Amino acid sequence: MTRIGLRVLSAIPTLFGVVVITFLLTRVLPGDPAVFFASNPSMSASDIAAVRENLGLDRPLYDQFLIYLGNLAQGNLGRSIATGQPVAAEFARRLPASAELTLLAFLLAVVVAVPLGLVAALRPGSLVDHAVRLIATLGVSMPTFVSGLLLIHVFYFRAGVLPEPIGRLDPFLFEPARVTGFLTIDALISGEGQVFRAALLQLLLPAVTMALFALAPLARMTRAAMIAALGSDFIRTARAAGLSRGRIVLIYALRNAMLPVVTTMGMVFSYMLGANVLVERVFSWPGIGAFAIDSIVNLDYAPLQGFVLVMAAIFIAVNLVVDIVTVLIDPRAED
Amino acid sequence: MTPLLSIRALSVEFDTRHGTVHALDRLSLDIAPGEIIGIIGESGSGKSVTAHAVMGILDRAARITGGEVLFQGENLLEMGRRARDGWRGRGASIIFQNPRAALNPIRAVGDQIADVVARHSSLSRRAIRARVLELLRHVRIPDPERRARAYPFQLSGGLCQRIGIAMALACAPRLLIADEPTTGLDVTTQAAIMALIRERAREAGTAVALITHDVALAAGNCDRLAIMHAGHVVEVAPTAAILARPRHPYTAGLLRSVPSLAGSLDQLQAIPGSMPDLRRPDLPPCRFAERCPRRLPRCDAPGPLALTACGPGHLVACRNLP
Ligand SMILES: Nc1ncnc2c1ncn2[C@@H]1O[C@H](COP(=O)(O)OP(=O)(O)O)[C@@H](O)[C@H]1O
Ligand SMILES: [Mg+2]
Repeated sequence: MTRIGLRVLSAIPTLFGVVVITFLLTRVLPGDPAVFFASNPSMSASDIAAVRENLGLDRPLYDQFLIYLGNLAQGNLGRSIATGQPVAAEFARRLPASAELTLLAFLLAVVVAVPLGLVAALRPGSLVDHAVRLIATLGVSMPTFVSGLLLIHVFYFRAGVLPEPIGRLDPFLFEPARVTGFLTIDALISGEGQVFRAALLQLLLPAVTMALFALAPLARMTRAAMIAALGSDFIRTARAAGLSRGRIVLIYALRNAMLPVVTTMGMVFSYMLGANVLVERVFSWPGIGAFAIDSIVNLDYAPLQGFVLVMAAIFIAVNLVVDIVTVLIDPRAED
Repeated sequence: MTPLLSIRALSVEFDTRHGTVHALDRLSLDIAPGEIIGIIGESGSGKSVTAHAVMGILDRAARITGGEVLFQGENLLEMGRRARDGWRGRGASIIFQNPRAALNPIRAVGDQIADVVARHSSLSRRAIRARVLELLRHVRIPDPERRARAYPFQLSGGLCQRIGIAMALACAPRLLIADEPTTGLDVTTQAAIMALIRERAREAGTAVALITHDVALAAGNCDRLAIMHAGHVVEVAPTAAILARPRHPYTAGLLRSVPSLAGSLDQLQAIPGSMPDLRRPDLPPCRFAERCPRRLPRCDAPGPLALTACGPGHLVACRNLP
């Protein structure tokens, strides 16, 4: 378990590096924040200087950095000039929306892709194998906004079986009491079946859109890793010892094949966070991706800075989880 | 005595992108209960394919195109999958070259042995654990409690092969196939592993098929020798008989190429030529003919080449015996 502790510790310098870079980034971005805040033609030079002093911009860089660190420690990410709201509060509202979507999409992708890859590996050249290849090719070649729009067209516009893509919940329903920020889970906790159903239906299309995109790399990696594992010497030993097919495939081959698959899962998850930006736009999802796009359009620096920081932290966390899972599976991952 | 294992006219082919490999051609070989037989041949002669066919672990590309493999009179090739799985480990088991790769890299070695014990018995967890430790002691692994928890990467090649032997002997098989068990190990470890295999087999009355390209190793450890060339068994005889008077020109050449067996240094010589490409569609009945100093026109006459007796327990497949 000390191995895992070491990995957690080693994430700290990386996180600190990210904080330093996001801090420096705002200092090199074009435009003087003070001028920006004082964007009123009637303001005089002394007014601007006052704002600058107020923001601490007249202090030396390391002082400013310490102030920045102090703010971060208190969960203060600054204020959005577009909404006037504290950025942290905005993230607290939006992050659960993105997280719920991404996690469900990721889960869907894993639950479908790993068994598909497994079956394809057990019967190379079979119908399933060809189907996997086809899905993989489609998933890779179709941009998420295209597949998203296509799904909306078919399931909402044509078939009418799924709700209008206008965010997380039908506007006529009340959000459940907030516990986790995940509407489906909160609805379950407060026992509101109708809200749960509605929230799940809203989630479905964007989640499937994102999952489609993640399916390909996961299924292909599972297939390749399984084929490699099944062809290795120790599988031959296990077969020669008469171990049952189930044990050979699941305990001997799959566990070994999971090593590269887990790494791919980490990459795919991080990638999905990026793809979020487009999917959230298409489905009017009130997540952090949509927020980030708005901030770029408005040249709103504080939320952008917060966005970069949050994304980087999630990236680091995902890599940490991948590392820990790898250590748990593979005794050789010792260092 | 009825043989323990009787391979009869077994043919195996591999479908590859570059054509069909005729790996085994009407191969016949008997193994008696409790004997130690050496199966010798240069690399690519079909020793491993033979072993895999007996164990039923040939890979996907392989096709058995003829023959039978009788184990105590029962044809393994017609056994159902479940019955065959149950037979593996108890009827026969195998240890491999490259012992570390032959073990699951992410499973403790004790658990791997326990998997085999559990598969073929209905012992309790505690009894399985006790059996694993007993097996580890039998193959002389020091500090078995600790070693049982180790992973293959933490053990030397010699220790990994001992684990392989423990696993193979876990269910007291009647036949142990050892496919190049000491290749890649250093000389002292080689000797220790061979001594261990012989001792364990003698004690349990297990027959051993020692597969090797090392003539001296086989001669030093086996009761009988079978010589393979390009998918054929060309000669089988008691070790002493074959060393004293090899009948097949290939066997004679093979013995002359081994420093410790050749009479003197100037008698030491390599066999000319090389094995024919087994993908050739026009392989001659005698696959040694093209390298043979004694080749006659009748050697190339069509029809299969039969193993015929030429002495007590001495079989040879040659149309122009000296
Ligand atoms: N999986 C395979 N696919 C194609 N050819 C194979 C395969 N396995 C073995 N062969 C061929 O069968 C022949 C015998 O191989 P093998 O039994 O491994 O030889 P060895 O006597 O060295 O153990 C060789 O010509 C080899 O190329
Ligand atoms: Mg071999």
